[in-house]
Order: sequence, then C-alpha cells, then structure tokens
Amino acid sequence: MQKEVKVKTNLEQDFPKTSWSKETIMRLRRNKGSMIGLAFLILLLVMSLSADILFDYDELVIKQNISERLQWPSIKHIFGTDEFGRDVFARLVHGSRISLLVATSSVTFSVIIGGALGAMAGYFGGEIDNLIMRVTDILLSIPMTMFAIVIVAALGASTGNLILALGIASVPIFARVVRGAVISVRDVEYIEAARAIGANNFTIIFKHILPNCLAPIIVQITLRMASAIYNTAALSFLGMGVSPPAPEWGVLLASGRSYIRDFSYLTLIPGFTIMLTILSLNMLGDGLRDALDPRLR
Amino acid sequence: MSNDIENILEIDNLFVEYRTQDGIVKALNGLDIEIKKGTTLGLVGETGAGKTTTGLAILGLIPDPPGVIVDGTIKLNGEYLREKTERQMEKIRGKHVSMIFQDPMTSLNPVIRVEDQIAEVIENHNEVNKQEAKILARKMLEQVGISKNRGKDYPHQFSGGMKQRVVIAIALACNPDLLIADEPTTALDVTIQAQVLEIMKELKMRRNLSMLLITHDLGIVAEICDMVSIIYAGRIVEHGTLVDIFDYTRHPYTKGLFNSLPNMKDRTAKLKPIRGLMPDPNNLPSGCIFCSRCDYAMPICSSVYPDYYNINGHVVACHLYNPENIKEEVLFYGQ
Amino acid sequence: MVNKPPLLEVNRLKKFFKTPKGLLHAVDDVSFKIEKGKTFGIVGESGCGKSTLGRTILRLLDPTSGQVFFEGKNITDLNALEMRHMRREMQIIFQDPFSSLNPRMTVSQTIEEPLKLHNIFKDKHERQKKVATLMDTVGLARRLFNSYPHELDGGRRQRIGIARALSLNPKFIVCDEPVSALDVSIQAQILNLMNELQSELDLTYIFITHDLSVVYHFSDEIAVMYLGQIIEKAHADDLFARPLHPYTKALLSAIPIPSIHNRVERIIMKGEIFSPINPEPVCRFADRCSYVMEACRKSEPVLKTLESQHQVACFLYDDNGETTKIIGE
Repeated sequence: MQKEVKVKTNLEQDFPKTSWSKETIMRLRRNKGSMIGLAFLILLLVMSLSADILFDYDELVIKQNISERLQWPSIKHIFGTDEFGRDVFARLVHGSRISLLVATSSVTFSVIIGGALGAMAGYFGGEIDNLIMRVTDILLSIPMTMFAIVIVAALGASTGNLILALGIASVPIFARVVRGAVISVRDVEYIEAARAIGANNFTIIFKHILPNCLAPIIVQITLRMASAIYNTAALSFLGMGVSPPAPEWGVLLASGRSYIRDFSYLTLIPGFTIMLTILSLNMLGDGLRDALDPRLR
Repeated sequence: MSNDIENILEIDNLFVEYRTQDGIVKALNGLDIEIKKGTTLGLVGETGAGKTTTGLAILGLIPDPPGVIVDGTIKLNGEYLREKTERQMEKIRGKHVSMIFQDPMTSLNPVIRVEDQIAEVIENHNEVNKQEAKILARKMLEQVGISKNRGKDYPHQFSGGMKQRVVIAIALACNPDLLIADEPTTALDVTIQAQVLEIMKELKMRRNLSMLLITHDLGIVAEICDMVSIIYAGRIVEHGTLVDIFDYTRHPYTKGLFNSLPNMKDRTAKLKPIRGLMPDPNNLPSGCIFCSRCDYAMPICSSVYPDYYNINGHVVACHLYNPENIKEEVLFYGQ
Repeated sequence: MVNKPPLLEVNRLKKFFKTPKGLLHAVDDVSFKIEKGKTFGIVGESGCGKSTLGRTILRLLDPTSGQVFFEGKNITDLNALEMRHMRREMQIIFQDPFSSLNPRMTVSQTIEEPLKLHNIFKDKHERQKKVATLMDTVGLARRLFNSYPHELDGGRRQRIGIARALSLNPKFIVCDEPVSALDVSIQAQILNLMNELQSELDLTYIFITHDLSVVYHFSDEIAVMYLGQIIEKAHADDLFARPLHPYTKALLSAIPIPSIHNRVERIIMKGEIFSPINPEPVCRFADRCSYVMEACRKSEPVLKTLESQHQVACFLYDDNGETTKIIGE
C-alpha cells in the first residue's frame, strides 16, 4: 500500500473488549428465570457433591429403622421418613448423585456422537447424509424408553449400562437437530466467504457453522437432560434401572407409590424434586441460548 | 388551504413512534402529505426514512405494540381515519384504500387459485355472489394483461412480474379511492419492472387512479408520478411537481440524492455521495435533521428546525429559503 | 501499443447443475479476457447465471468444463491445497452485507481471519496493526474494532466485506452485486471507495450487477448475459451508445431514467423466459425477440467480433458485421 498510515500499536488497550465468557455471564444474569434455574441446579450440585459429608450413606440411606417408619415431615426429618424408617431427604440428596451423573454423562455422550454425525450429514450432504439419516430414522422409530429397556435388559441393569442406553437413544435426536441447523447455515454467504479466503472444512465447520447452530443444540441439550432424568426415574420405577435399596429418584417414587393415599409426601417430594430440576434445566437452557447470541445484546 | 373534495388524502403533522425496549424509535416526525384526486404522489426516501410506516399508518396497520400514533390526522376522502374503529377500518381497507407490497412472492397465498384470491376481495366488499365475483375477477386479470384462462392457475405457476400484476389486480378489484404502492417493482428485474410500470401507467390513465407510490428510485418517479414528496427521517423536506423536483431541485438532501446517481451521459464523472449517515431514529438531533450531512449548513440549522417555505406550491424545509436570509443567487437552481 | 497478457482468461467455461428435471445450464460456454487494472462488467437479469459465473471463476463452484487462467496459470486443475494458496490473489465481495458476515465474529475478527488462515503475520500485534490499517483504508472508524456486524448499517458492513477481501493484497476481485442492497447515497460512497482502491492498489475487478447505470459508471468493458451465455460484449461507451443485440436494446430502454427530459421509447419484451434446463441448440432469446427469423430457431448464434472489439451473438449481423436487417434507427 502506498499510503503510510500511522498505527497505534495496542488496539486492544484502546478498545478493550469484554471477554466472551464475561459478556455471556453478564447477559445471562439479566434473565431472571434462568438465574433461578441456575441457583437451584447449583444447590443440587453442591448437595450431591457433599452428600457423604451431610448424610452417612450406610447409616441414614440404607439402614432400616423400623421404629421411625412413615413419619410425616418434621424438624428431625424435614422430608419425613419412608416405610423402612429411612430419612427421605438423605435419600433424595444421595439419589441426586445418580440422577445427575446419568443425565450429564448420557447427554454428553449423545451430543458428541450425534453432533458429529449430524454435522457430517448436514455439511457434506449426498450419500453420507443419506446413510446417516436413514440409520437415525430407524433408531428414531423405536420409542426411547423401550430402546433403553432393551439395552439394559440385554446388558444388565447398572448405572453404566443405563448411561449407555439413554445416550444411544438420544444420538439420533441430536444428529437430526444438528443436521437441520447445519443445513440452514451451510448455504449462507458467510460460509462461502470463508471458503473464498481459503478456510478448510475443519475451520468452516467449527468456526463458522457450529457457533451459529448453538441455539437449537442448547435447547435440545436441556430438554434431553430433563428427559434423561425422567427416563432414569422411569426405568428405575420399572425396576430396569437402579435397583433398591440404592436411593435413585425413580426408586423413591416407585416405592412411595404403595403409600400414596396415606403418606402422599413419599411420592410428592421426589416428584417435585424431579419436576423442579427439569424446569430449572429448561429455564437455564433458554437463558443460555439468548446469552450466547451476540445479536440479542 | 385546499378543500376536501379536491384532496383524496391529507396527512397532517403525523407522529409515529415505535416504543421498544431499547428506546423510542421516532419513525414519523410531523409528516404532511397531500394527494389530489386522480394524481400520483411519489414518496421518495431511503431505508428507515419512514416510507413504509406512512403506508401502514394510512391503512391503520401499524403494529401496536410497539407502534404508537402519537399525534396528527389522516384524512381519506374527507373522513378522519384515526377516529374509525377497527371494524370500520376493515371495511375501508381494500374498498377505499388498498396497498401493494414490495415482494409479490409473499403477498399471494400459494394454495389458492389466483382468480379466487381476487374474487375473495370483491366478495368481501360488494353485494355480489360467488359467481359474479369470479367473473369480475377474471375481468380484473385481463385489465392487468393476464389472459383470463390463467385464473385457474396457482401463484407458483406465474413469473415474478405476473405475480405482481395479480397483486395489482387484487388491490384494484374494488376500485379503491387510493392505491398505496410500496416499492412495487423493487424485487423485479428491469425488463419486468418496465412491463409492470407500463401496466400501472395504463391503469392510472384509464381509471383515473389516485396513488401514493413509495419508492427510493427517482427513475420510477420520473416515469409515473405527478407530484413528488421527499421524505427524510420521518419528515417531508421537499414537495413539488415533477418539474419542481427534477429541474429546480431545492433541498440539499434532494440534490444529494441526484448527485449520488451514476451519470448516464458521462461514465467517468465522479459520484458525489451525501456524506455520513442518516441519524439514528432513536436519538434525533435538534434543529434540522439533515444538518450534519449538509454542505450548506448554517449556524441556525443545528438549533432550529426550518419552517416550510412555499414558493408557488414548491415547498421546501430549509433555512436557505427563508426570505430573510435568502442568498443573492438562488443556490441550486437548475444544473 | 504493447500487447499485455491478460490477468484473467476464461475459456469455454461451463457450469451445469443437476436438477430433477434435467441439467440446468447456469453458465454455458463463456469465454473472455480481462487485462490488469481494468473492470469487466457482467450484467444480466436474475437467473442469467452471472453470480454462478463469478463463483465458478473463483472455484467456489467447480466448473463442469472449461478453464480459467490466472496470470497464465490454469487454476481449474489446482488441487484443494494449491487453490487455497491461490485465494490470496483472487477475492470476492458479496451482495448481501447482512448474510456475508458471520454474526458471531467482531469486525476485527472478520478482517483478521484471512491473515490468520494464511499465517501472514506470526505476531498478533502485527496482525492487529494490519487490521487497523485496513479499517482506515476502507473508511471504518477504529472504535468499531470490537463491534458486531448487527450493530452496524449496510454501508459499514459492506466496508467490512471489502476490508476482508483486501486483507490478503489480492490482484483480482469479483464484486457480486456489491451495492445493490444499499441506499443510493451509501451506494455512491461504496462505489467511490472501490474506484479509489482500484487505482491505488492496481486492482482488477469483475463487476457483476443487474443495475445498468451502475455497471456503465463502473466498467471498462461490459458483457451482457442471457440464460448462461454472453450475448453481447463491448466497451462500456460503445455498448450504451450502440447496443446491437435486441435483448441489450430492450434492457437499456427499460432503465428508468431519473430525469423528466429525453424520455426514450420503451421496448417492452413479451413472452416467457426460455428454460435453462436442457436447452435446445437455438437462440435462447428467440421467443421474446421482435426480430426473430427462421435462422434463430435452427441453430445457436455464436459471438461474432465486429469493429472496435464489439462482439454480439445474433443472426441479425453477418460475419462482416453487416446488419442483415435494419434495426433501431
């Protein structure tokens, strides 16, 4: 260039840029619903991490204490006790470990596998797309819970198998969502612009396509987390997931069922906990989706 | 000034705001418009000047919220439209005033045959039965230069230009007193645009149509309009006949618009764009809104909004034309 | 006069797309040359293949057949890696300043990306200096360094697109309708900027547009495209003063002129556009042409060079450039 332009050296100091994560958190904080959701989830996480400090597993969660059976919530047992005299609160807190573990691990599994498959199908199209999508169509035609039952039945009931079962069952859903999102972005001009400046497929997918597909993926993640929690509960309820006396939320719900008339708190409390967790996840998801989009600032 | 019978449309001092979370967007700031019966007024301005808002305000279709008509009157054929109820407005729309939108692809319903779409409007506003409406609809199609045999076709079987002609047929089906055409040819190719303009000119002559043509293209204005109003940031800055605006341009903004166009006689002539940008409608400056981009700005321009100076019907809102401080030679008369 | 070798030569380029109904001939046997420092205008209506042509030249789309030579080098048989290097020399500016920028990248990130991809600067500071210089060059205020595209107006966004294209110091830029999404006053600003950059940096442009007055102002040579083919090519002044092809005549007469004097008689074209899918080897304009002859429906006219490099593909003109039938005046 012929023109000599004097340039100050440190533009970053002149025009400080708030870091990406800081900005996201700032925007997230403006959304009340998602902050409430986040607060509840953090509380849940802290309790489940410190479950062993709060309540001794063998003493309070497993050991039966018939003298104190079926007590309504009181100061001693804030959520009451079950038919074997175990503290419901202690069981809920220990149970959250299993529920959260299963939910996060199975969703992580399906996001990675399903996301990669969907991105490939959407970006390359043609035969690859056809192959991947037909396989996912077949998987989608099987109800998720039933699919999980089959896997658990075949491999045996354990937390690991449960994660695998729920994870595989969600893979086609993520593949579809990611594929759809990728296709909607793939033909936009800025992708062509990236190619014109010499970007390769890897850069295009990870820098230009996926960040612009985040909204539907995040929404799907929170929905799937929620559904993993209730599917764990459902499978345990059916006796296919985590088996008693382990305090999984579904187990709690199932065992309270026989006493629903006279001791309704036994079903209501775990039921509400599951509901609140799922609601919090959904609210946080909505907030995150908006906070991550610079256009909505 | 002028009596009701002469003017089909009179908009007086209209203020429209969009109240959004990010602040108040002042779309129209004291807009005045007059259209005489049987004439076409070109409303010329750039993106965000308030052209479409004007059209929607006349039809009573400003999305509320966030849009609010703050002040002003809209008089169509002697009747004050802002006093009408929603029910009454429904009767007026389509029958007394109708609008053509920019994109013909999205203004037709893809699953209804075109003749039925025209017939529907006729049926809604006139005492006719289905059969009569259909016959009228086919007549309408022929008037816009489409064979009536094609009435049974669906919109996707038509090309872009033909779709826009169908839209025009729908708009004119009930013989409205006023037709508002919002950038009717912008989405079309030049040769197709020429066809549509030709049809519009013909209809205008044949039906003695009164029309408000909203556009950014001065070429189209020269082609089809009788009067021109130049709108800038929600206010009319210059108004006059075609000759007034094209040959005796007064307002610096209008002058800037002409200078921005490529010269078709001399290819190498440098374009003289208007510097800067239109001010943010969230935060309009005091004084003349064009002041910061104007080459002729005087101290008074940044503090006082100019009055309208009317010289034989050629109206301009600019301090340069204040008889008290008018310069010896008139600044930009002619070329 | 020294015979300069052309910067770009397009030779019998074809690009066909497969559709359920058959092969769509988007670009059908197009050849031309551009000299360094010149602007080659391509005009045509929507669907004539002008954008596809621009993208095929840059190999954003792979040609069905034909070659593109850049500085004498055939770029149509470069592999993906070689082509990525080649992109430093040839760039594109897009039509829509709204969709051609990644909404999640700031102004500086967008302009910086090509520099990063090609490892032009090892050091971040140097790179950002370059970004700032580029922003100055295209007239973007430095305070917009960390703004997002959605915070800016169309004109500024288009300047970002231009800065991105310039960042690799290309010799050649395809401008695909760079001003048609902008208001007239902004359009003039951008056109002036592109003109200044051309003379300052000795750039060569292909200027694709549907706007005849803009292409006249901007181009040295103009090619008129109709359904995938160039039907007339001439120097800008020559083409506007003496259009030969009936389509060009109709196109020029259709421009709405912003003046109330010297109104010209409109040539209104009738008929439907010929389908570009599996076209018959006849004149593609025949159905809409008012001078149609028997010959037009028998074979396809080829581009004939008449005096002063004026080329036209029409049976009305014989090989010597004589008009077989008087048209126009």
